[in-house]
Amino acid sequence: MSESAPGSRFDRREFLKVGAGVGGLMLSVAIPSLLRPASISTAQQTSSFAPNAFIRIDHAGAVTLVMPMVEMGQGIYTALTMLIAEELEVDLGQVRLEHAPPNDALYANAILHVQTTGLSSSVRAFWTPLRQAGAVARTLIVSAAAKKWGVDPGTCRARRGVVYDGAATRQLRYGELVDAAAALPIPAPDSVALKQPKDFTLIGTPVKRLDSADKVNGKAQFGIDAKIPGMKVAAIAISPAFGGSVRSVNEAAALAVSGVRQVVRIEDAVAVVADHTWAAKKGLKAAAVEWDDGPNAALGSADILRQLQEQSTRPGAVARNQGDAQKALAGAAQRFDAVYQLPFLAHAAMEPMNCTVHLQKDRCDLWVGTQAPTLTQAVVAELLGLPKDAIKVHNHLLGGGFGRRLDADGTLLAVRIAQHVSGPVKVIWSREEDIQHDMYRPAYYDRLSAGLDANGKPVAWIHRVAGSSVLARYAPPLFKNGLDMDAVEAAAEPPYEFPNIHVDYVRVEPPGIPTAFWRGVGPVKNVFVVESLIDDLAAAAKQDPVVYRRSLLSNNPRALVVLNLAAEKAGWGQPLPPRRGRGVSLQAVFGGYMSQVAEVEVAPDGALKVHRIVCAADCGIVVNPNTIAAQVEGGALFGLTAALYGAITLKRGRVEQSNFHDYRPMRMNEVPVVETHIVKSAEAPGGFGEAPCSCVAPAITNAIFAVTGKRIRTLPINTSQLRS
Amino acid sequence: MAFNLKVNGTAHSVDVDADTPLLWVLRDVLGMTGTKFGCGMALCGACTVHVDGTPLRSCITPIKNVGNGAVTTIEAIDTTAQGRALQQAWLDLDVVQCGYCQSGQIMSAAALLKATAKPSDADIDAAMSGNVCRCGTYQRIRAAIHRAAGSSSENRR
Repeated sequence: MSESAPGSRFDRREFLKVGAGVGGLMLSVAIPSLLRPASISTAQQTSSFAPNAFIRIDHAGAVTLVMPMVEMGQGIYTALTMLIAEELEVDLGQVRLEHAPPNDALYANAILHVQTTGLSSSVRAFWTPLRQAGAVARTLIVSAAAKKWGVDPGTCRARRGVVYDGAATRQLRYGELVDAAAALPIPAPDSVALKQPKDFTLIGTPVKRLDSADKVNGKAQFGIDAKIPGMKVAAIAISPAFGGSVRSVNEAAALAVSGVRQVVRIEDAVAVVADHTWAAKKGLKAAAVEWDDGPNAALGSADILRQLQEQSTRPGAVARNQGDAQKALAGAAQRFDAVYQLPFLAHAAMEPMNCTVHLQKDRCDLWVGTQAPTLTQAVVAELLGLPKDAIKVHNHLLGGGFGRRLDADGTLLAVRIAQHVSGPVKVIWSREEDIQHDMYRPAYYDRLSAGLDANGKPVAWIHRVAGSSVLARYAPPLFKNGLDMDAVEAAAEPPYEFPNIHVDYVRVEPPGIPTAFWRGVGPVKNVFVVESLIDDLAAAAKQDPVVYRRSLLSNNPRALVVLNLAAEKAGWGQPLPPRRGRGVSLQAVFGGYMSQVAEVEVAPDGALKVHRIVCAADCGIVVNPNTIAAQVEGGALFGLTAALYGAITLKRGRVEQSNFHDYRPMRMNEVPVVETHIVKSAEAPGGFGEAPCSCVAPAITNAIFAVTGKRIRTLPINTSQLRS
Repeated sequence: MAFNLKVNGTAHSVDVDADTPLLWVLRDVLGMTGTKFGCGMALCGACTVHVDGTPLRSCITPIKNVGNGAVTTIEAIDTTAQGRALQQAWLDLDVVQCGYCQSGQIMSAAALLKATAKPSDADIDAAMSGNVCRCGTYQRIRAAIHRAAGSSSENRR
């Protein structure tokens, strides 16, 4: 099992082949945080040195780096900048950053093969290309200096934007070398030598985020902050029942509201366009839209559950089959059967969905924060019948992504509204629309059976995953033979040795409910399921949960190390006050390894308090340990929030939740202490944005089991069942 | 109808309905986008501003209720000692992630420090639990408030 790196089974090569090629103009929406105001840009500047699509250096020595992935809080602008700067030999204080324009040919993520930020792939995908980009530029600059001095480039060295000769008697600043460097032939990226890790001066050091300054003074520009001259604002109402349509609109009443300019009615939505948001909202209320609820008018959560229960009894597409699990189960000394139910989840990013559109005869400008700029460009081009390069995507900082902004549904809706509006229009979703018309993490229904031999060792492991396939919708080429590799990720390859294992997948599409990627993707469900059952097996074998896991990891040394480290740092086995307990979880996904130990307290009335989460991670070479810790703190809370509170339910074809009172986020007074411990590693970097999120829920529920003996198999956790 | 208001020391006159929330006056009419829209129901705190030093949720505060009050937004919180200290602490501890909620977080924290110079963890819980962060930066927010105030966290385990 340890022969392949975790995550490698999910070959994302075919991930999404939308529009390779033509980008738009090089649009520079610079983030001014680093220093100077935005440079207007960019590729057209002839007086600067631009040896590749990521780096420009001007005569003043100002270094501009173009960020191929988007910043949604995960710290990627800082990490990618570190990769370039490590080899380019410039100070982080010397650089300014720009959002890349949509262009798969220049900026595609090498794992996803599209310019998309997601699936914890950015550092893994750009680890080599961006260091090479920096090394190519530095090689050219050093060569230019050596040529001027008539010396061997090998005797020169570059440091902090300056080239020194061998004796360090002569020096030239990068800005003084740009013309000479631009005249040299550009070496192939793989022909330049990269630093050995022991020589890194930036990578592996705790670097402060580069985007903080403008995020503490109100200057950071998110999509919702776009200000376009002449812009109107639209408030929208989308059919509350999925698949419904507009029946009637009181247009006159809406237009009577001061500031309202126009009412736009499309099949499934109404937009009221006004001078400002409040007028638009008032107009929308006055419009008193009535709806035909359509084919899903009677749909409720019980229907979804029944559908999952029924269809999960059928055999699915086989994700993994090793040995003979059924036979081994039949001969096992002890048998376990369990069902796990997980709800739909909304993303609820703090920045509600929005998009500003200026549609003209032969071009369409979009101001939006998107994880998928080229996908957005392609689908808008298709909708409008315009060439892709007529769609100008002005990307922004994202006020949270979590997978929500991988989809372009909000942008398409805004463009459909803009087709009826003259001039630029900003379409802002209310929080209610954002929650009730999200594209949801699928509801899942997993059936598991496991068998133990007389010594308590698992001899059979059978896991059926049932739920919607996000991949089949989002990346059809990856959905092959009925198998969704995302839905079974971390289920098909658990970290443990199982001599007989059978994992399959049944696609069950809920009628009318759109599903999407959600932070932690497939593993956020599968790690919960696998780690819950393993905990049950440890109890059945009458073994300590950590000891039991250890015994199944003899071929998985990296997993063993994180398990031991988390246990040690958490004080596993040490006494706790009454009603407190610890639970452990382990995963090998996203190209890395993680273990978490949670410490919880369960009151007699069932009330749950999570006191502490200790996380140990081996994610290969760490680019920025500071970011790793931040992602553990945030990712653990994202997953914990879902485990405690997260559920989107349906009634009469509508989502019942609407805002933060009933789709509840964790708040300051509830959060545990989160500790991060990183295993030093020389392996290639793993992904990290999602890992802490997928690891946390089973640590919590296993801790609850330790305190109460009650096993949680349905999320969110129902604390009323924990009363003693 | 016309309303006069004072924002960050500057007088403005705006022509909006009396029920228009201060949030949309700031963002859409005055073009000050540092104050964020998150929920529209005072559930998330992203829109927090100060009026005469008191924190309030601008998304549910009608312009007619602001009267002659002095409005302070994130764009000018550095004019207060607490605001400056908090911004620096936020930078020192690398608090932000996506950053969308942080304007509101800092405005709530600034009001806390103005009222309670050395807040306890319980004070922080009470003052900050109305501000939602989906990235989960709460642990660093708590530490940054303590840092700015020169106070310290109890053992919270």
